[in-house]
Amino acid sequence: MSAAAAVLILAVVLIVLALVYFLVATILELRKIVAGLDRVIAHVGGIVEKSAPVNDVVTTINEQLDAGVAALEGLLVKKAGLRDAVGLVDGLYPGAAAEGLRDFPESKEIVPPRIGEVYTKGTLTLARLGREAPIAAASPRGAVLRDVESGSSAARALYPAGREEGAAALPRSPIIGTDSPEQYERRQDIGLPRKRFPAEQS
Amino acid sequence: MTGVWIGAAILLVVVLPIVVVLLKGVLDAARSIVPAIDSIAATAEAGSKDLDAAALLLTTREQVKETIAGVAAYGGSLDVILDDAEAA
Repeated sequence: MSAAAAVLILAVVLIVLALVYFLVATILELRKIVAGLDRVIAHVGGIVEKSAPVNDVVTTINEQLDAGVAALEGLLVKKAGLRDAVGLVDGLYPGAAAEGLRDFPESKEIVPPRIGEVYTKGTLTLARLGREAPIAAASPRGAVLRDVESGSSAARALYPAGREEGAAALPRSPIIGTDSPEQYERRQDIGLPRKRFPAEQS
Repeated sequence: MTGVWIGAAILLVVVLPIVVVLLKGVLDAARSIVPAIDSIAATAEAGSKDLDAAALLLTTREQVKETIAGVAAYGGSLDVILDDAEAA
């Protein structure tokens, strides 16, 4: 064998060795990639499986909450009237009146009346009276009087003189409801013609 | 004989370096993918673990149903005991 042939064979062998080394190393790396992708696929499958019912559940929750909001808004508007309802909401959450009630788009047009956090019939009556009312006397043209930080003191400020004398002697508020100890029957003559008493006989 | 020398020289000087460079490029590319795959796997595992709490949504849904039912009952009672607003 000549020297030239030996060098040629050596060159071919070197090339083959380089091919083997690099290809084997590449195969090993590709196997690592395959193993990693298997782990990724397993975890992604878990994500898909776990998140499958989320859409349905969240939709149901939103429907329930929508129904609750609609019922509460409807009850508030039914009992307080749209204008006072907007005022109440704005009293509890200043600035919320601008967004209006969700199911009552016309509520956005209403200028909210200033109603404090204590919403009783008497308080509202006083509030409607205007500046003379205790709830409006402090700042009749200012913002709502509700004190977010200390709501109870704001309510207490309505009656600065303290508890009414003899309040302890007053009868307690009646217990109402189907299980109340005393059942009040509804009068049967409401809506009927007024009773005519017999004329006095002279 | 001269042709064999030239061929051997070309193999050693030209072909072998080109083969090595190309294969090394492939190997480096394959090695650079492995850390990325590991990172993706770790992220997917963390995401899957975070979604373990998604099963609690079923409990949340039931509780929301019960809460709304309670609110509806309470609102119904209020509807009975409170007068409606006077018509403007």
